[in-house]
Amino acid sequence: MRLAFFLRQRGTACLALLMFMLPFMAYSEDMTIEFSLGANQGQHPIAVVPFKSETSGVAEALTPIIKNDLALSGVFRMVPTEGVANVPFTAADVKYPLWQAAGAQLVAVGSVVPAGGQFHISFALQDVAQKKTLTSGQFTVGADRARDVAHTIANMIYEAITGKKGIFNTRIVYVQKVGPEYRLQVADVDGGRARTVLRSKEPIISPSWSPDGGKLAYVSFETKKPVVWVQDLATGQRRMVANFKGSNSAPAWSPDGSRLAVTLTTSGNSQVYIVPAAGGSARRLTNSGAIDTEPTWSPDGASLLFVSDRAGGPQIYRISANGGDAQRLTYAGSYNVSPKVSPDGKSFTYIRREGGRFRVMIQDFGNNDSRVLSDGSYNERPSYAPNGQLVLYASEQGGKSVLYAATTDGGSRVKLAVINGSVQDPAWGPSSNP
Amino acid sequence: MNWKQLALGAATILALAACSSTKPAETAAPAPVDNASQNSGAAAGGAQQNGAVDPLNDPNSPLAKRSVYFDFNSSSVRASEKPTVEAHAAYLGAHADRKVQIQGNTDSRGSREYNLALGQRRAESVKNAMQVLGAKDSQLEAISYGKEKPKSTGNSDADFAENRRSDIVYQGQ
Repeated sequence: MRLAFFLRQRGTACLALLMFMLPFMAYSEDMTIEFSLGANQGQHPIAVVPFKSETSGVAEALTPIIKNDLALSGVFRMVPTEGVANVPFTAADVKYPLWQAAGAQLVAVGSVVPAGGQFHISFALQDVAQKKTLTSGQFTVGADRARDVAHTIANMIYEAITGKKGIFNTRIVYVQKVGPEYRLQVADVDGGRARTVLRSKEPIISPSWSPDGGKLAYVSFETKKPVVWVQDLATGQRRMVANFKGSNSAPAWSPDGSRLAVTLTTSGNSQVYIVPAAGGSARRLTNSGAIDTEPTWSPDGASLLFVSDRAGGPQIYRISANGGDAQRLTYAGSYNVSPKVSPDGKSFTYIRREGGRFRVMIQDFGNNDSRVLSDGSYNERPSYAPNGQLVLYASEQGGKSVLYAATTDGGSRVKLAVINGSVQDPAWGPSSNP
Repeated sequence: MNWKQLALGAATILALAACSSTKPAETAAPAPVDNASQNSGAAAGGAQQNGAVDPLNDPNSPLAKRSVYFDFNSSSVRASEKPTVEAHAAYLGAHADRKVQIQGNTDSRGSREYNLALGQRRAESVKNAMQVLGAKDSQLEAISYGKEKPKSTGNSDADFAENRRSDIVYQGQ
């Protein structure tokens, strides 16, 4: 069953995929996210052998990054390589019986070789039982791009085994609070290469990715009131796109990137409006005397989910992007908030307060069945990975907030532990990188 | 008027101009956040003539109270808070040049955006009461900090009660 798919996966990865981090973006030195392998019960035991010469020359060794990525997926289990009397760097070097004895179904091998100021990185994934190559790649990059190659290799391994698109080249955004300072942070999905894109002494909340990954919309209180800003990540240029009288908040990009759904209060209550992504006049979408907020678009752009307390407590509703009547989607529980639609449009994730806990939920549109994804005491703001297989959310532990990624089947979750300050309001970025 | 007052006045005018903008503005860098003008006791925008004391700066005036507190899960102005709202509404009615921002806050955990909307409801409640009592819509802006700026960070009932609050902030103060 896996075999047919494997054959399609062979080939060389495209370097264009890797060209997304711009050189003038400084990485923040004091960002101290630590990635821990919280979930390592995946069904596919894999041995990732340290690549030849990976600790000399390139900026960062590749295999620790690859292993972190694979563990994050919840699909793989790492087999220690230390005790095995075989240190292969190429497919031909792999002594299969030794890896079989070590319990590995898969062995990843590779090497890093200097090549005229750059580095040539080779990689192969071997199936131990079948003694054959499942996927392989060759990359020639500068020393600072080793991390991008590592994420790409993790994607290739993940795609070869699951048949689903990898998400290890994606980025996440979150707000980190350090002392009195709020920092809007963008990082690799494993927490690496984090950089500060905005600092403020006033709160920053609700960051939202543009569909092309090139911009962020967010709410900043720097003018002593909540205002929606859009910031270009490549240039750092930013502008106010919703600064009406009252509060401006909850930005959500339309899937085509042309508009933002926002919450405004010009009517005297919080209502959902649509504004052009470049700013301009607002068109009212919802029409109630209650709170309507936290809009989020369906992937096809035809409808939005939002939170309203028109029936008492906050519940999740769906409305056409053209307006009209809203349809209530959540009935279980008295407090359901912060919805996000899955990339395939078939389900949505949200937070339900129940028995004093704030749980991450997933619910199907078809039959309205809901299930608990995470049962910790306090969780906030879940968002889907672009491939729909993982949900990112913030969780509170011991008075600090940390980031988790959980598989949507509920089988595993991995912690992105933060050492300094606390993290809040995470959002998973799109798969495309400018 | 000395140089310091002049500078403060100029800063206030700039701040007012920035606050009144309702159109998107292009800026290249984050505006520096400056708390100094907010904490200064001298009301730069309200310099009094003939040496009269502005009741706004009289610590014994009911106007000295700038916070309106709410019951749990409520956005109604309760009876004990009405004198504060009435005093400010009357002052604004008599001082058409004065403007206030009413900042709603919440205590509860949960969605930041839903809390922002709950705080907004508390601010709008105070705003509506002030309009009924003689202040004009153009003098009032209701905004919310939601749960983002708790005055008390503890978890006791008293801490929560302290955060269920709308603050009345005069422009230029």
